[in-house]
Amino acid sequence: MRRRFHPAEAGMRIAFLLCGLVAIAFVLVITLYLILAGLPGFGHIGFWDFLLGRVWDPAAGRFGILPFLLASLYGAAGAILLGAPVGLLCAVFLAKLAPPRLAAVLRPAVEVLAGIPSVVYGLVGMLVLVPAVRRWFRLPDGASLFAAIVVLAVMLLPSVIRVAETALRAVPPEYEAASLALGATEIETVFRVSLPAASSGVAAAVILGVGRALGEAMAVLMVAGNGANMPGLFRSVRFLTTAVAGEMAYAAGLQREALFSIALVLFVFILLINGALAALLKGR
Amino acid sequence: MSEETVLQVRDLCLWYAPGSPTLKHVSLDLPERQVTALIGPSGCGKSTFLKTLDRMNDLIPGVRVTGSVRYRGRELYDPSVDVTWLRKQIGMVFQKPNPFPMSIYDNVAYGPRTHGVRDRGRLDGIVEGSLRGAALWEEVRDRLKKPALALSGGQQQRLCIARALAVEPDVLLMDEATSALDPISTSKIEELISELKERYTIVTVTHNMQQAARISDKCAFFLLGELIEFGDTTQLFSLPRDKRTEDYITGRFG
Repeated sequence: MRRRFHPAEAGMRIAFLLCGLVAIAFVLVITLYLILAGLPGFGHIGFWDFLLGRVWDPAAGRFGILPFLLASLYGAAGAILLGAPVGLLCAVFLAKLAPPRLAAVLRPAVEVLAGIPSVVYGLVGMLVLVPAVRRWFRLPDGASLFAAIVVLAVMLLPSVIRVAETALRAVPPEYEAASLALGATEIETVFRVSLPAASSGVAAAVILGVGRALGEAMAVLMVAGNGANMPGLFRSVRFLTTAVAGEMAYAAGLQREALFSIALVLFVFILLINGALAALLKGR
Repeated sequence: MSEETVLQVRDLCLWYAPGSPTLKHVSLDLPERQVTALIGPSGCGKSTFLKTLDRMNDLIPGVRVTGSVRYRGRELYDPSVDVTWLRKQIGMVFQKPNPFPMSIYDNVAYGPRTHGVRDRGRLDGIVEGSLRGAALWEEVRDRLKKPALALSGGQQQRLCIARALAVEPDVLLMDEATSALDPISTSKIEELISELKERYTIVTVTHNMQQAARISDKCAFFLLGELIEFGDTTQLFSLPRDKRTEDYITGRFG
């Protein structure tokens, strides 16, 4: 049978193509805009003065973002240290150990956790966690890097759990059967066979969590205190994201350029993480 | 010849779901240091039966077992039995070779490590002994650190046998262990089984009648979840007592 020309078919094809192009166009436009808007700041402030400067004081014309850079990195690292083990064990439980009925309740709960808007995390953090941190550690103010780490750790749980669970479910059951048949317990089997066999997916889950933590602004803004200090666990800190979000509304001139440069730095971080993720997922 | 019974099965029934059982009142005695072959058409329950002997069926949700399986006098389905202990005594080799995605060495050392062997020298000895036992040592001795998945299918299956031997089991269960292999690998494993029965009690499921006739001392014929006939292989193949056995081994059905 010969192919005939169907106008409706062709029309839909073009519509699909256009929608696909819109997504790509946005990525390209945003990238281009960030580069164009972000580079002048680097030029005017000086590359190293900008990245490694320890003082951010727009009034005095000093734009060093090392405090923000480190706060973001420490924040993401802390959140991962706290959240990844919980997330991974939860994924193991869901994928391997939970009785089906319990898993049927737990899995939607994780989905709900993923769907909670970040401002709600921030709100709960602000009203519950921050005062609690102040009391526990007898601080003048509980809004701190520590509070941000705890909130981020909870926020990255759903993505870590979902990706790790998928990876664990993909482990061939024959591996686990072999381990059990050798007299290993279920727990030994999980740690010595299932998790190693799913290691690339597990690593992807962790990296995804890092990305999530680096990119979060709203919740961090509400619990981290937002002081432009070099980070300490119980000090008020500002992340890369919150530096941009907090000052952009009223910034002008060089300060505005510097904020765009911060956004560019953040963008490069996220690109690197996505690249690592893609490499990992391709490798398996 | 006096025979010590290693596994004594009495009136064993198994349900995967409520309703008609998959195994129906199976009773038989498996003798020590002999090869017992379980034969029968697909879906007759022989693999299910094999798995009841090391309680691998426990893993399937909804399974119910009644009756008795005694291993050297101990009731396997007694709640006080430690399943990990039991599976150390009764090893299993699966239909599809399933080495872990680790090195050859680590595959064989997995079981002993699980059971607490940490000493490097002792592990080395166990690995070599097990690989020799599985007739694989000469082929892999200079690449023990290489990934097990790089081995051929037949080598992988012998590695799985070595892995099972490494925990020093008493009984070895083989679930169609040669069905995924080429004829040369199959004959190697058959030879191996004949050597292994000097030291181990072996129960093997097979679809291959010639194989059952070649390697087994005892033979059990299953049909639709029932044990139809159990006896010496030579007798069962030359003078089957039951018409259905005769039909099956002469290829009239199944």
